[in-house]
Amino acid sequence: MISKRQSFAWLTPFLLLVLLFFLVPLLYMLITSFSNSEGFTLAQYKSVLTNTYILQGFKNSLTLSVISAVIALVVTLFAVYAITHFSQPVREKILILTNLTSNFSGIPLAFAFIVLLGNSGLFTLLFDKWEIGALSSFSLYSWSGLLLIYIYFQLPLALMLLYPIYDGIQQQWKEAAALLGASTLQFWLKVGIPVMLPGIIGTFSVLFANAMGAYASAYALTNSNYNLVAIRIGALIKGDIFAQPELASAIAVLLAVTMVTAMLISEWSIKKTRGKL
Amino acid sequence: MKKRSLANIIFLFLMLYLLLPIVATMLYAFSSKWHKSIFPEGLTFKWLATLFQDTAFMQAFGRSVLLAGGAVIIALIVIVPAIFVIVLYFPKYEKWIQVAVVMVYSFPGIILAVGLIRVYSTIGVPMILVVLGAYVIGILPYIYQGTRNSLRNVDARQLLDAAQLLGATKTQAFTKILLPTVYPGLFAGALLSFSVLFGEFVLINLVVGSRFETVQIYLMKKLSTSGHIASAVVFIYIVLMGLLTFAIAILTKRSKGATNL
Repeated sequence: MISKRQSFAWLTPFLLLVLLFFLVPLLYMLITSFSNSEGFTLAQYKSVLTNTYILQGFKNSLTLSVISAVIALVVTLFAVYAITHFSQPVREKILILTNLTSNFSGIPLAFAFIVLLGNSGLFTLLFDKWEIGALSSFSLYSWSGLLLIYIYFQLPLALMLLYPIYDGIQQQWKEAAALLGASTLQFWLKVGIPVMLPGIIGTFSVLFANAMGAYASAYALTNSNYNLVAIRIGALIKGDIFAQPELASAIAVLLAVTMVTAMLISEWSIKKTRGKL
Repeated sequence: MKKRSLANIIFLFLMLYLLLPIVATMLYAFSSKWHKSIFPEGLTFKWLATLFQDTAFMQAFGRSVLLAGGAVIIALIVIVPAIFVIVLYFPKYEKWIQVAVVMVYSFPGIILAVGLIRVYSTIGVPMILVVLGAYVIGILPYIYQGTRNSLRNVDARQLLDAAQLLGATKTQAFTKILLPTVYPGLFAGALLSFSVLFGEFVLINLVVGSRFETVQIYLMKKLSTSGHIASAVVFIYIVLMGLLTFAIAILTKRSKGATNL
């Protein structure tokens, strides 16, 4: 056993770090969002909720996050189904590769897409040469360009989250269902999907939160020009226009509420899934 | 059977989508010219050589290693013992660490940056230290996971008691018995944390800016000036991430292997 004093000595630096670099900044941000020179105010929230430009940023972020999460989720559901039928060594190699690509995000990812699809990107030039009209009018520096990048960084995360959930569906269940006369489709509709559903919802909310908080790729690609919540916050604190920390705090608090809600849903679903598998 | 082939096609498409940007950027780093066809028109080491001769890049690389490595080392010194103490001696408080892990994971850099700037920008603390502190806390989820997984595999409390019963001191029991058993999982967590921090851009850019130019900020600058140099930077970045991922995979396998003993 160790004494109270010893354990206290080990815990204090850790608690201090959490306090200094996590809790205090977030609390101070919360207070800032409710205060101005005269004291308590709701003015910042009022100006956020009446500012069409900021609301537009929220809307753009929400649609981008929901759509990228849904696409990544659907694609991965099929892909993981394929992966679970591979041999163990092959699966391991795929997971290592997925881990590698999950590190490929932010500025390097944006650059890779510029190389492929930017103004003088490889595919852009090819599309021009082959005169594929619909494709050559595509712009990477727009909503659809961002969507491609967001889907890219959602895919490895979706795969890593869904893989263990799929793995939990046991072969015996399939055999039992088959013995009782269920078809494969019936098994998935009546057993497989319902068991996995909380896990799928949880994965979706992690993906959603992941995209809502993303900043670097959009910044690298459009240099604060495309209107997303994260980009708005960055511009307001960096003073690209002029720094407004109070307004930035209010937007950040609203974003934080969205993300915490999403994370709570995913936590709930993890507990739910664990109970079943 | 038909559905399986649909799933396989989607899987292949996904892998292609994930690998194409990486492969293309790596090839671009070695192409002298690449405008007219699917493949580069000529290969060269010019861009990589230029990059290695650029002291600004070498310094940026050094700063990134220093910052990310420093944060990981501090986390190992401060966070790991705290997790040990709580898991081994105060298990009922462990749920609070889990709450902290979820909180840290839920708040992205863009939100934390607002608070950090608010609190520290006016009181004269070097902002680079603020980012360092935020990095240490930011990797809490990975460090906790690494430590916890290896602790779950062994009954740490019993091991420690047995060692002490056989005459080992507390320090000996900890360094000679417990540390070697959790080492692979912990090391994997540390490497993962390092690779995450090495790619971090939001906090360093918003809180410190170009006063402390890391590889990510260097890359951001080159993005608009030289595509070939930028691709050489990304090439090095990918190679480094590849090595780290490979090492993590081996270590994770080893720490799982220890369970079966």
